[in-house]
Amino acid sequence: MSGQGIAQLLVWCAVLIALAYPLGLYMARVYMGERFLAGRWFGGLRLIERGFYRAVRTDPRREQDWKSYAKTVLVFSAVFWVVVYAFQRLQGHLFLNPDHLPGVPSHIALNTASSFITNTNWQYYGGESTMSYLTQIAALAGQQFVSAAAGMAVLAAVVRGLARRSTKELGNFWVDLYRSTVYILLPLSLILAVVLVSQGVPQTFGGHISAHTLEGVAQTIARGPVALMVAIKQLGTNGGGFFNSNSAVPFENPNGLTNLLESLSILLIPAAQVFMFGKMVLARRHAWMVFAAMFAMFAVGLAIAFPAEQHGSQVLRASGVNITQGHGQSGGNMSDKEVRFGIADSALWATATTDASNGSVNSGHDAYTPVGGAVPLVNIFVGEVIFGGVGSGLYGMFFYIIIAVFVAGLMVGRTPEYLGKKIEAREIKYAAVGALFVPTMALAFTAVSVVTHAGLGSIFNPGAHGFSEALYAYTSQSNNNGSAFAGYGATSFSASLGSVAMLFGRFVPLLAALAIGGSLAAKKSAPVSAGTFRTDGATFAVLLVGVIVLTAGLMVFPALTLGPIVEGLTH
Amino acid sequence: MLRDLKSSVVAVVVITVVFGLGLPALFTGFAQLAFAHQADGSLVTVNGTVVGSRLVAQAFTKPQFFHERPSGSTPAYNGAGTTFANLGPTNPALAKAVRQRAEAILKLEAPYNPGLTIHQIPVDAVTTSGSGVDPDISPAYAQLQARRVAAVRHLPLANVERLIDQHTDGRSLGFFGEPGVNVLELNLALDQAGH
Repeated sequence: MSGQGIAQLLVWCAVLIALAYPLGLYMARVYMGERFLAGRWFGGLRLIERGFYRAVRTDPRREQDWKSYAKTVLVFSAVFWVVVYAFQRLQGHLFLNPDHLPGVPSHIALNTASSFITNTNWQYYGGESTMSYLTQIAALAGQQFVSAAAGMAVLAAVVRGLARRSTKELGNFWVDLYRSTVYILLPLSLILAVVLVSQGVPQTFGGHISAHTLEGVAQTIARGPVALMVAIKQLGTNGGGFFNSNSAVPFENPNGLTNLLESLSILLIPAAQVFMFGKMVLARRHAWMVFAAMFAMFAVGLAIAFPAEQHGSQVLRASGVNITQGHGQSGGNMSDKEVRFGIADSALWATATTDASNGSVNSGHDAYTPVGGAVPLVNIFVGEVIFGGVGSGLYGMFFYIIIAVFVAGLMVGRTPEYLGKKIEAREIKYAAVGALFVPTMALAFTAVSVVTHAGLGSIFNPGAHGFSEALYAYTSQSNNNGSAFAGYGATSFSASLGSVAMLFGRFVPLLAALAIGGSLAAKKSAPVSAGTFRTDGATFAVLLVGVIVLTAGLMVFPALTLGPIVEGLTH
Repeated sequence: MLRDLKSSVVAVVVITVVFGLGLPALFTGFAQLAFAHQADGSLVTVNGTVVGSRLVAQAFTKPQFFHERPSGSTPAYNGAGTTFANLGPTNPALAKAVRQRAEAILKLEAPYNPGLTIHQIPVDAVTTSGSGVDPDISPAYAQLQARRVAAVRHLPLANVERLIDQHTDGRSLGFFGEPGVNVLELNLALDQAGH
């Protein structure tokens, strides 16, 4: 590890906090604005917003209780699922298909539709060779705005539930959806997309180009409307790229600057949402403690992955080639990594993209060392609450926070309280379901996939690493991440099982979080007393990390021993 | 339920038209006006013929050219089918591939680099890239190839090394990322330098 590499990572962290804090405060205003927020600046924007509400026949002042809010989210997602599926199946007969790609096979289309409406963006296909331009922009990139905005909307509703007293109302889904998209995701992705194009990310409907290489051979080069899709897939914790190799491809991520901006974008909105939450519930110190817990887990992951990859794999060390950093190379485990990113920026990306539910990659995770590859796996397994997905990260963290507060209450023998609300049996049940359902499903599906003939067909690498591929696949899909040990192959079995994992992995925690929001909103505030466990101090942050390690961490450990640990010890 | 369904259908149509079609169309128009070269894929043309893109590696096999890193795509350097190689860190197939690539490099470069051993081969020369079309090689790998290229082209080594420097993309803003040598541009510069 060079000092330069470490310095890059430290600067990256500083920039992240410097951008996330003001963005969080801005986002709080977006969701709290009782008047049409943009109307203060541009009358036109206000008219457009009103027009949208009229079109979907909603009164923006009429709010929904948690069940009504949840119902709207589910119906909306279901309708969009049909559209994403239909675009893929029909693309061969539609326009904007200059390379004449045929319709997508049904099991891939099923998996992809489930993948994109759940903000997972698991990709059992190579984008540039499977999806027409129309499918990429209208179905997939369009959904990248929407699924991100839906997650952000649900978080806004849950946070209102924590902030409010004695009410049933959590907000209006259509208002939250519109504002998330138009006032947060749209401006940020336009800014990012402009920079990306200027650095060399294509944005064209021109189709493949045929080049005549210097050695006189024909080379086909795929292009397309890439830049805008890359921007929203990074900012919306989607992760689904235009190309198969995602942000490792120079056309998605051409240099160190684009890599900096794209990797910051992974955690920008999830980190900002912590500060947004602090402002909305008037508990800024508490929000800082949540941020500290998340940041500590992020830093530990990076501090393990970076040296592991720099140390290199056993195969490379034994081969005798030069893997020492310096003298014109970054050295280390360069398998499936790009020269312009080297080890530091690859390890950083792998850590960040699995802390969040992003799942985009700038290097191939399947080729990571056993230790380096275990970091992304564990990050995903703990539920993507280390900043996590847009919206889903923080509402997932609320499950652990409630369990932490409950554990603290048990220790002192008092009814636990959180933000002035009594935490009772109902909230604990929802939190337990929210925290435990997904990891349980991930383990169960992994087990099914490695004991059935159909499941085993997807495994690419031999030995313990093959098990890690299956574990990673179902952990990633259950938690809506979307990154992969990408040798794991698409069969109709793995595509179908994965679809189920993604849909349940998205909507079970989402419903549990809304239920908690609804339940807490209805409560009166309980006066703070000497026995109240303080959630704005370092003790709370430590307890929170401890609860996460003890619940999800212990669940994943036995599976880790069968995969990365065996692989690391036997070589 | 029915009310939600109606609202959702309208919203889905509006969103698909605005964010799925209108926005990309407008943005593509803007990109084509403001950054036409980049938006079209940073294509490199010689005498009006497109010879490649500066951001997509292409196959170089002849000795007068600098060679790219190995590629995991099929065929190698497939600009329309990027992929990782996905060989795990302990896969025997990885060990075998690395050994074979190292032997090929030794065979190719040793005549021009007396005393060359496997320990001097930088790791990026024997490993596949993430995309299969990584356009860069490490400066160390370029240095290793410089003597061969200079000898085959009958150029002074110093000239070749100067061209390597000129076609090394440094870290962005002098700080972010890693330096890399753009192989297509370097080879093109060599061709245009004569010989």
